Amino acid sequence: MKTLITLTVNGTEHELAIEPNRTLLDVLRYDLELTGTKKGCDVGECGSCTVILNGKPVNACLVLAIQANGAEIITIEGLKPPQGLHPLQQAFVEKGAIQCGFCSPGMLLSASSLLKQNPNPTEEEIRTALSGNLCRCTGYQKIVEAIQSVAKGEER
Amino acid sequence: MLLPKFDYHEPGSLDEATRLMAEIGGEASVLAGGTDLLVNMKMGKTSPKHVVSLSRIGELKQAGRDQGSLTIGACLTVADLREVGEVKTEYKGLFEGAGSLGSPLIRNLATVGGNLVTARPAADLPPPLIAYGASIGLKKETAERTLPLEEFFKGPGETMIEPGEILCKVVLRQPPLYSGGGYVKLGVRRALEISLVNVAAFFALDGPSGPIQEARVVLGAVAPTPMRALSAEQALMGERPDEALFEKAGEAASNDARPIDDFRASADYRREMVKVLTRRALKQAYEEAKLREWRRWK
Repeated sequence: MKTLITLTVNGTEHELAIEPNRTLLDVLRYDLELTGTKKGCDVGECGSCTVILNGKPVNACLVLAIQANGAEIITIEGLKPPQGLHPLQQAFVEKGAIQCGFCSPGMLLSASSLLKQNPNPTEEEIRTALSGNLCRCTGYQKIVEAIQSVAKGEER
Repeated sequence: MLLPKFDYHEPGSLDEATRLMAEIGGEASVLAGGTDLLVNMKMGKTSPKHVVSLSRIGELKQAGRDQGSLTIGACLTVADLREVGEVKTEYKGLFEGAGSLGSPLIRNLATVGGNLVTARPAADLPPPLIAYGASIGLKKETAERTLPLEEFFKGPGETMIEPGEILCKVVLRQPPLYSGGGYVKLGVRRALEISLVNVAAFFALDGPSGPIQEARVVLGAVAPTPMRALSAEQALMGERPDEALFEKAGEAASNDARPIDDFRASADYRREMVKVLTRRALKQAYEEAKLREWRRWK
């Protein structure tokens, strides 16, 4: 039986009628067409489906959409300001922290949550914060460097 | 992967949840953080007719002091557990255990209760909780009971929980004056990893430098359930803590362990690692005990 839920995604409120067995990830991708959130393993191992749920980064594949009823969600589409790129996105581009790009949305959202909590993280803290996000191109070093450059407030 | 169909229930209070479980408990799975249940459902390992979500029950997400003991709601997330002031300052082994579970993304969903009821032999929270002497509160519509956590586990995936029962809290007594705990996990990666072996240790001293009057060493992933290493505890009792003693206790723990060979590690390797990890966990426990003493005088 379909149930009515409300999700506030990137500041916009959406009312949706969904079956209880739909994950938040599928509703974001298929119903709201926000395909920036990627589906990799679908079992919470890879982090490519990372979204920010009520202020905290989580695996959207492990949350039922109905559990998120009433929640505020930020996806990669919401990280980008109306003009240009988010400083982290800009740094990823400049530092070569994007290879195939599939992990980038998750990496960026985990990184932005970290910097919000801890504006001056150590390298160790950055690596811990990203430890649920896998990059199969293994471009971790550049990703860490990009995040460090934003934390240090390098000009760009 | 598609989730099988189910009826979804979202009780707003613990009473409502236990009433519901009395009615449909036999055909229902309880959903807390979802990091295990939803995966098992996607893999087709379980296909419950009803799913009862505890995520709207505020009283299950609280943690607080009550006459010295610390009560932790079963639905507190593992990330939030690490933010509880007492956990940071007084239960270092638990703080470590919580920090090594899954990944930051998983810790923002996974709950304390979930890591217990799933009863995985390699789980990160049971060993430190048992080491600190935790008990748990179980509730059903008509009754409520308390159980030492140590007695809760029966085998992989099996616990003492009865149909219709909900695990609602974990209670930790206030650690004694001269005491400390530790937790060490061994895996091949540092995140998203299942323990090859994990060890939690706790001991209390008679005075600032001993002797040890209470000791618990708990081993994970080396038996069907988390297990106490009783001969290691015996070796510690009545002695003064030092490196040589921890070494001796590590050897005793290694003899207590009952590991299996599997694709992750051989039994021999696990047994050897129990020795090393026990020594390290005891060292951590001693550090915490000294820190507690130092804080008291500061």
